[in-house]
Amino acid sequence: MAEYHLTTPISEEDARKLKVGDVVYVTGEHVYTARDEAHERALHMFEKGEKPPVDFEGSVVYHVGPVAWQKDGKWIIVSAGPTTSVRMEMFEDEFLHKYKARIIVGKGGMGKKTLAALKEVGAVYCSYTGGCGALAAKGLKEVREYLWPDLGMPEALWVITAEEFGPLLVTMDSHGNSMHEEMDRKVASRKAEVYAKIGIKE
Amino acid sequence: MGTITRTSQIHSLEADRMEDPYQVIHDTTFRLLKKAVTVLPSDVKKALETAKNNETDETAKTQLSAILTNLEIAETGVPMCQDTGIMIFYIKAGAKFPFLGEVKEAITQACRKATKEIPIRPNAVNPIVGGNSGDNTGVKIPWINWEIVDGDSIEITAFPKGGGSENASIVGMLKPGVGLTGVKKLVVDNALSYMGKACSPNIIGVGIGGGADIAMKIAKQQLMRPLDDKHPEPEVAKIEEELMDAINSTGIGPMGLGGKTTVLAVKVDYAMRHPASLPVGVAVQCWAARRSTAIITKDLKVTYLTHPLEGN
Repeated sequence: MAEYHLTTPISEEDARKLKVGDVVYVTGEHVYTARDEAHERALHMFEKGEKPPVDFEGSVVYHVGPVAWQKDGKWIIVSAGPTTSVRMEMFEDEFLHKYKARIIVGKGGMGKKTLAALKEVGAVYCSYTGGCGALAAKGLKEVREYLWPDLGMPEALWVITAEEFGPLLVTMDSHGNSMHEEMDRKVASRKAEVYAKIGIKE
Repeated sequence: MGTITRTSQIHSLEADRMEDPYQVIHDTTFRLLKKAVTVLPSDVKKALETAKNNETDETAKTQLSAILTNLEIAETGVPMCQDTGIMIFYIKAGAKFPFLGEVKEAITQACRKATKEIPIRPNAVNPIVGGNSGDNTGVKIPWINWEIVDGDSIEITAFPKGGGSENASIVGMLKPGVGLTGVKKLVVDNALSYMGKACSPNIIGVGIGGGADIAMKIAKQQLMRPLDDKHPEPEVAKIEEELMDAINSTGIGPMGLGGKTTVLAVKVDYAMRHPASLPVGVAVQCWAARRSTAIITKDLKVTYLTHPLEGN
């Protein structure tokens, strides 16, 4: 298990070096927030042959709906912990193929379609401790743009400069490994023992 | 003439001394929201610290350390989680509290002020026509659970509830034949299905009986119990213990990344049931178990219970 300090844009080669269990800290200008609606809009634009307002290639896409406020005309991220990533499962494989983001950050892990896309495209999924909004905000230094505000504060596309944003734990890598799948197997193997505690025999 | 003048002067002096009830309820609610989203009740924080010390798994320790560091930063006045919840309040209204008519509007306005000034995330979305109201209020929100009790005071609990853990809550309409074992299985199977997705370590509230709505209401009320209490009836306390033990033996752990601490507590309560039904509500709470309570007397004296004023 290694620790990496990466600067955006992140190359495919660097992304492929990362393995499940590694810890990553990210610095750079290519950090974007995107939840359900931003994913949907970005894919929709691709279909129509339009270019999104940012270049996602080599970027870090963070599943988050931040709390932010404006001070002296400038937006500041106040609290920004991850949202549940599996909601984006219906968009992520297509998003990765089309836009080649290299690190997806969220919580709870994602499914088989995303895992396959990470392998094909050369990208990883990292887990950030859920609920740790105040801590995450420390690494999200500057808001450069607040795009797609019509989607509302949580769903909008926030353009962020990060400084040592982390620790991001690699839980799905480009080699087909998923800590979440491994956890599913581990927990399933304990089911009989768990049931026994409530008086159920399997 | 002189007498009338004097009387009205006295009256206006008293009015000056007497605070505006609307304003007191409003300001109290604002402080409740501010404290709820920035400082965890001490029992929850203590349980998280204990959990960190008990874990041997490295990933679990890392997750709990991040949570505890996050709590320290949040205590400076920053929302601990960006999902500051949907606005829910529990009120125990003394039947003789003289300002009941002011409560709803004062709470609603406090939600609006909290959105702008804490700030908290606008989390009120119209499910029919779409769109975020932008101020955490709207149709039926804030949602206020009213309970009329004896007395002339009012107890207000702010209970902003996060969406991630709410999405793991369920109601099961079981066949009575499955008995208590079936009830326990429902709770355990639910924990096994959402794994760490509800930001574990969780607190689970279970409501048995009544009806679909009653079971869920009881389940959610359990999330307000102090973590270290036990149900007064030993049969129920035993179910709480069994469920906690079973769920913690799954190995799901903090954030579902492995470890001993999947739940901080399981709290159970019940109502009588219909002979034909066995409803079970399961309410799931993330580690950011935000609640803050205050009592306002009829003389508008305010006592903060979960987050006392400094020096009090």
